[in-house]
Amino acid sequence: MAYVVGTTLPTLTVRLTRADLVRYAGASGDFNVIHWSERTALAVGLPGVIAHGMLTMGHAIRVVTEWTGDPTKVVDYQVRFTRPVVVPDDDLGAEVTFGGTVTSVLDDGSAVITLTAVFDGASVLAKALVTVKP
Amino acid sequence: MALDPANVGREFTSDRSYLVGRERVREFATATGETSPLCHDVDAARAAGYADIVAPTTFPIVITLNAMGAAVTDPSVGVDWSRVVHGDQRFHYERPIVAGDELTVRTVIESIKTLAGNDMVTLRGDLYDATGACVGSTWTALVQRGA
Repeated sequence: MAYVVGTTLPTLTVRLTRADLVRYAGASGDFNVIHWSERTALAVGLPGVIAHGMLTMGHAIRVVTEWTGDPTKVVDYQVRFTRPVVVPDDDLGAEVTFGGTVTSVLDDGSAVITLTAVFDGASVLAKALVTVKP
Repeated sequence: MALDPANVGREFTSDRSYLVGRERVREFATATGETSPLCHDVDAARAAGYADIVAPTTFPIVITLNAMGAAVTDPSVGVDWSRVVHGDQRFHYERPIVAGDELTVRTVIESIKTLAGNDMVTLRGDLYDATGACVGSTWTALVQRGA
């Protein structure tokens, strides 16, 4: 597809609950205790149980894959984790809103998309860049 | 204690290959909200020209994080896994990973820096298929908080 600089991708809002963290732990094999034990999370100085950064990263790319309709178009994807997503032990969980904008189009027709991720009024990902094939 | 920069450039190769399982790919896709038929439906993936369902974009972390953990907690490197937080993550693909791929990881310690009393270790993991071709690479920056 032909990409145009400045195109804004549809936003995506995801609610992450403790059940989602447990599901991701099982699917990924990342059983770090801070992602399921409040007691341990508090003991190491966190405000509570936090989502796996990789779970946030995994959801963020959906802004792109749902837009292109083809996850295999992604050839490069990077993020910096800047703030934790704290997930309370309730039915509402933590709400994270993702967005994306086409920030450059390369000579071969590939595009670079810059993603955003906001939780509790603050950005949780920085330098979130995705390169997609034409 | 600061990590020794002499470890930069060291390589670790996984002694076992990782067989990408179809159900594991589906479970990972479900856990990360990826609904593309390419990641769930074998017929859809084959119709698109793939041998089997396609792994979601961030799936390689399943393979490389274990390999990296084993490398950096080696006593000669000395990372304390309980004090580590994930700083940066990058994936680069040469081709999509599909169920049935049998992959090995070569992990390289690319850099060790100390910033504001915290050690930052950047690791590159190169994934090779059964033919020896590189299917992609991951970069993981781990921050070890000062003790």
